[in-house]
Amino acid sequence: MLNIKKLDEIKKRKKEWENNTLNPLLEKYPERLTEFVTTSSSQVNRLYTPLNLGGSDYLTDIGFPGEFPYTRGVQPTMYRGRLWTMRQYAGYGTAEETNNRFKLLLEQGQTGLSVAFDLPTQIGYDSDHPLALGEVGKVGVAIDTLKDMETLFDGIPLDKVSTSMTINAPASVLLTMYIAVAEKQGISQNKLAGTIQNDILKEYSARGTYIFPPRPSMRLITDVFEYCSKWNQMPRWNTISISGYHMREAGCTAIQEVAFTLANAIAYVEAALKKGIELDTFARRLSFFWCAHNDFFEEIAKFRAARRLWARIMKERFNAKNPRSWQMRFHTQTAGQSLTAQQPENNIVRVAIQALTAACGGTQSLHTNSMDEALALPSEKAAQIALKTQQIIAHESGVALTIDPLAGSYYVETMTDEIERRAMEYIEKIDEIGGAVVAVERGFIQKEIHESAYRYQKEIEYKKRIIVGVNEFIIGEQPDIEILRVDPEVEKVQLARLVRIKKERDNLKVQETLKQIEKISNSDENLMPAIVDAVKAYATLGEICDVLRDVFGEYIAPDVF
Amino acid sequence: MTASHRFRILVAKPGLDGHDRGAKIVARALRDAGMEVIYTGIRQTPESIVSAALQEDVHAIGLSILSGAHNQLFLRIMELLKKEGLKDRLLVFAGGIIPKEDTPELTKMGIAVVFGPGTPTKVIVEYLKQALKEKFQEG
Repeated sequence: MLNIKKLDEIKKRKKEWENNTLNPLLEKYPERLTEFVTTSSSQVNRLYTPLNLGGSDYLTDIGFPGEFPYTRGVQPTMYRGRLWTMRQYAGYGTAEETNNRFKLLLEQGQTGLSVAFDLPTQIGYDSDHPLALGEVGKVGVAIDTLKDMETLFDGIPLDKVSTSMTINAPASVLLTMYIAVAEKQGISQNKLAGTIQNDILKEYSARGTYIFPPRPSMRLITDVFEYCSKWNQMPRWNTISISGYHMREAGCTAIQEVAFTLANAIAYVEAALKKGIELDTFARRLSFFWCAHNDFFEEIAKFRAARRLWARIMKERFNAKNPRSWQMRFHTQTAGQSLTAQQPENNIVRVAIQALTAACGGTQSLHTNSMDEALALPSEKAAQIALKTQQIIAHESGVALTIDPLAGSYYVETMTDEIERRAMEYIEKIDEIGGAVVAVERGFIQKEIHESAYRYQKEIEYKKRIIVGVNEFIIGEQPDIEILRVDPEVEKVQLARLVRIKKERDNLKVQETLKQIEKISNSDENLMPAIVDAVKAYATLGEICDVLRDVFGEYIAPDVF
Repeated sequence: MTASHRFRILVAKPGLDGHDRGAKIVARALRDAGMEVIYTGIRQTPESIVSAALQEDVHAIGLSILSGAHNQLFLRIMELLKKEGLKDRLLVFAGGIIPKEDTPELTKMGIAVVFGPGTPTKVIVEYLKQALKEKFQEG
């Protein structure tokens, strides 16, 4: 970036600084640690200077916002044009309760919805399934049929909000329910904006809500791409949210998060191409989801590196022509795993720091965790503080005033380069294995994540890492904070509703639509239209998934620890 | 106790949540401490956990759950253990996201101890070594 003469001068002066200024001091006062490492265990130098950036070129590696390689952001104006979407993940109990929480969040200035479904819903079981015992309405809202979905969005005009749904294995079922609710509100599906997570590969490697084996799951995912993007039924819908978040939460490093996520993304692109969907028709609707962890500069560098690496992969590896296919748009959530049950109020500060990294890293939307999440689901008060944290960052901190404020920092730019380089090395390794699907089937990614998680835990236990309130600065008995408890009656209410629906609906019609799903799932045709019909006939989520289970089989995880 | 007669521990994930970072770390730490560890994997029913405990003839079961379904699922597991005549023959411990106020109820069911988030693995290892020694060697 600078001319050679200038760099030589800096090199010389740096040597002099080390000899004359630094070393005499170090002899008297050694540094407090022998080794300085980031949250992801990357080595950090004492000082970064223009010498670290010797090999990088501003125009090709950093460039301008809204232009390739998008290091500085995907939009030309970023937050000067529009702030990120404040999108708090919420859901518990029955559809009525969650509907109330949504309305409260919207009243308080939240700008997008994000639905948390309970585990039976996420795994395609109805609330009356034996495996649903104790889980109904616990970590999210219980959805059995379209009826529940109608209640969930009652009074919320779906053409006025964008909605994100964390649903993976049965994603197409929930997406079609959303379409059906909109239709009942008189809104056509091409007006709907939002995101469906629909990212199965990270379910196998980290999150665990898979149903079917990888290959039929990939087919379901690309059916959604085809329906929304190729058939242009939902041009404003993000057909997938390719997620590093859960792998990071399961313990991988920032570099691995970028690498494994982009390796998964490559697998989805290849699957869609194989299905015959033209690259530039679906690539623009791929979205991403990252974790924002504690290490301020490392996280900012991670966001920038991921954006640049994806742009390069799409342009150079896949030959995408439309600039929108090169752009990585992403959601971010602060790191739940970093929150402590000890001194939970401290978590407000952790969340604020993490959220700042996402804002400095150019996220399109953000969820800030609540301080009580190491103890329970967020209480109303805790959820409110979490949202206010975003508002303070957006309106008071000044980080939204200019674009990519940390560009040009010797440290951040060096780390951006390093994360990109090391993530690429991992991606090449996964390519050699045969791609992300094979890597998951062989347990490679699972093992890598577990190794990192175990090392991190050991570092905490040997106090190589300090976690305030956990292994240092501990205070004794702590006052209890109020936590949210899901009413155990929820399960009964939900079961009664399910019984009623099954009685009231046209059961012949339901059987017919389920047969159609069975037929199509045995062919290569797109399953979406058949699922739309079943959902509208009030077939349950479990009934639809059971048909698919019969045809596709179920995934059995290899045990790795 | 000789090396060939090690304590056998079943680490199990009842319920539907897929968060097994903690369960796997505990499993590995117990193994590193010289115990024989069987990990069930995620999404186990109470029935499958009890049957694994029976088959593997374990000295202890560690239950990990983060979804909030612990009260119902643990109760069912303890009932099944009782039915199989295992309840007093092995030690059951638990961890995950379990509110403190639920502990007395879980203790009453027969769960020996509940470890909260942030518990160092060495605390769990030391506890088990002591408790298992008391239960199986001095009793």
